[in-house]
Amino acid sequence: MMNGDRITLAHGSGGKLSAALVKEVFAPAFSNGALNELHDGARVRMPGAQLAFSTDSYVVKPLFFAGGDIGRLAVCGTVNDLAMCGADPAYLSAGFIIEEGFPVADLARIVSSMGAAAAEAGVAIVTGDTKVVEKGAVDGLYINTAGIGAVLPGTDVSPRRIRPGQDILLSGTLGDHAVAVMAGRYGLELPPAVVTDCAPLNGLVKEILTAAPTVAVLRDPTRGGLATALNELALQAGVGMMIEEGTIPVRREVAAVCDLLGFDSLYLANEGKFLVIVEPNYTEIVLSVLHRHPYGREAAVIGRVTAAPAGQVGLRTIVGGVRLLDMLVGDQLPRIC
Amino acid sequence: MTGRTTDESRRLAKRLAEEISRLAVRPIRLMEVCGSHTVAIFKAGLRQLLPAQVELVSGPGCPVCVTPNEYLDTAVAYSRQPGVIIATFGDMLRVPGSSSSLAAAKMAGADIRIIYSPLESLDIAAANPTKTVIFLAVGFETTAPTAAATILAAEQAGLANWFALSAHKLVPPALRALLEAGGTRIDGLILPGHVSAVIGEAPYRFLAEEYRMPAVIAGFEPLEILQAVHSLARWLRLGEPRLANQYRRVVKPEGNPVARAVLGRVYGEADAAWRGLGVIPASGLVVRKEYQRFDARRKIPVEPEAAREPDGCRCGEVLRGMISPEACLLFRQACRPENPVGSCMVSAEGACAAWYKYGSGRWQG
Repeated sequence: MMNGDRITLAHGSGGKLSAALVKEVFAPAFSNGALNELHDGARVRMPGAQLAFSTDSYVVKPLFFAGGDIGRLAVCGTVNDLAMCGADPAYLSAGFIIEEGFPVADLARIVSSMGAAAAEAGVAIVTGDTKVVEKGAVDGLYINTAGIGAVLPGTDVSPRRIRPGQDILLSGTLGDHAVAVMAGRYGLELPPAVVTDCAPLNGLVKEILTAAPTVAVLRDPTRGGLATALNELALQAGVGMMIEEGTIPVRREVAAVCDLLGFDSLYLANEGKFLVIVEPNYTEIVLSVLHRHPYGREAAVIGRVTAAPAGQVGLRTIVGGVRLLDMLVGDQLPRIC
Repeated sequence: MTGRTTDESRRLAKRLAEEISRLAVRPIRLMEVCGSHTVAIFKAGLRQLLPAQVELVSGPGCPVCVTPNEYLDTAVAYSRQPGVIIATFGDMLRVPGSSSSLAAAKMAGADIRIIYSPLESLDIAAANPTKTVIFLAVGFETTAPTAAATILAAEQAGLANWFALSAHKLVPPALRALLEAGGTRIDGLILPGHVSAVIGEAPYRFLAEEYRMPAVIAGFEPLEILQAVHSLARWLRLGEPRLANQYRRVVKPEGNPVARAVLGRVYGEADAAWRGLGVIPASGLVVRKEYQRFDARRKIPVEPEAAREPDGCRCGEVLRGMISPEACLLFRQACRPENPVGSCMVSAEGACAAWYKYGSGRWQG
């Protein structure tokens, strides 16, 4: 099928090869209505309830980085996947795969961070599992979390509801998480302003959906970054998008690191940001909710959904030219979450 | 970037584009020689800003793209020898050779290390005294002085297990070959900024003097590139082939004599093979006799496979500015960034990769 039938790091990047892996290997084996929507989590019906269900594994390297650690990431990541389905996350599971010889003190620090993140998000970690493997079989510690929550009544958050003319909002600055992890990995000194943005977004999302239940879609630009998230949405909805480069918030320090290392902030992973696509008559309402919340202070309208070209995202640059904003190919930085 | 607001940048860009449109009374075709310019042009969406009669074509200034298959095949063959460690910049990894690539060799078990500075390869050699470390020395005048300095450092460190597989190339002879070969109309050149910072202005004088070809040494900011296009359009209108340095903050008229001295001490000029352009006289660098003990080709026997180009790949014509990537039947079909056939799709600075990633440059929205 691809690249000589072996898995490469790029298959885990969240970009083009990840999409191909899902489409060609996983989806045919598991195909069903809830899965085929290919959202961050699945929306499923149980008798008497409309639920969202999601799972994610965390392999970030290093385990501790500026402003966070793998524990906080493992809770926030799954909470956010549920929130992006328009759900109110309630319960989480946590599975640990630990390398023989791992310091108990580090494990205690990580689970305490998970407890704090769960408390902030208002979710309970109600079940778990631990496996220990021989030295070298994993790199320190991997965590899997799964979560479940009820879909907020009166909302229908789905790429199917994206229409030309809707506004595209971004909740804050790009690239903070990726740069914080990268700095931790390569021992770069960063200005104190650059820390991971990893945060539970369910509280903010609930406020937005309460104020504007007609929101078409929510999506957090994690692996693959903003560019990949927008492309996925444009493809799923069969619409075009036009993004204004000058409106995209990026912290000056992050932009400087990107310039230096040749990274593009549009493709960098975020763990506390999300996109909102909404009818223009609700834009101001959503923006004001975002701006009042600590996790949405730097939110901005960054573009608009267009009818054509279907499945493509354009970027109007700061000098006024327009170019294609493509999905991530390859991997800027493996093991970012 | 420049501290200008988006509105100011857009106003300036619009004014330059209008001026260019006014000056270009006939279709003009300008080549940006350097891959970094290609990327900057696409990334800023400049092609879309320019009037239809002004065409920008990419040139042979992407080091990975112009490295011929024979070189890659040799590197792959070395990587398969027992006890060999290959030290290379990351962008060489995925470039396909005749039947394999360094990435494939690595997956099959070859010891290939990605480095960010040539000097790191010396550390690898020092840390692995029982292994043979081969550094892949590829690049133009920009990177060649660092490679030369690395050879001098290897000598000073007394390393006996460090070698360079050298394929450095020189830009001005390639420009001459391109203009001599004909077959493609070029009305003006946007000259590379970083190469020029080393070689200065003088090596480009022949362009105007012998070929009446106007040329601008340009920076990489979108407005600097537009300014270069504007100057070229104006001189073409006036019929005055000039050479201008519009990147003075980085490029001194005399270049960087210190870097050139190091280069000249270690390397001499020689004919070199370029992908797409063939063998060009005095367009490459070979290690001088005094340093030949670091020359992998001379010291370590190797038998690469017979080099051949992939069927249907038109990288050669793309690199000469003869066709746009979209004229190649493989483009976007068999040849994509995640599974490249030709070198111009592999390197981030390759014309095909830029056309693919940023769209054809004229947004159809």
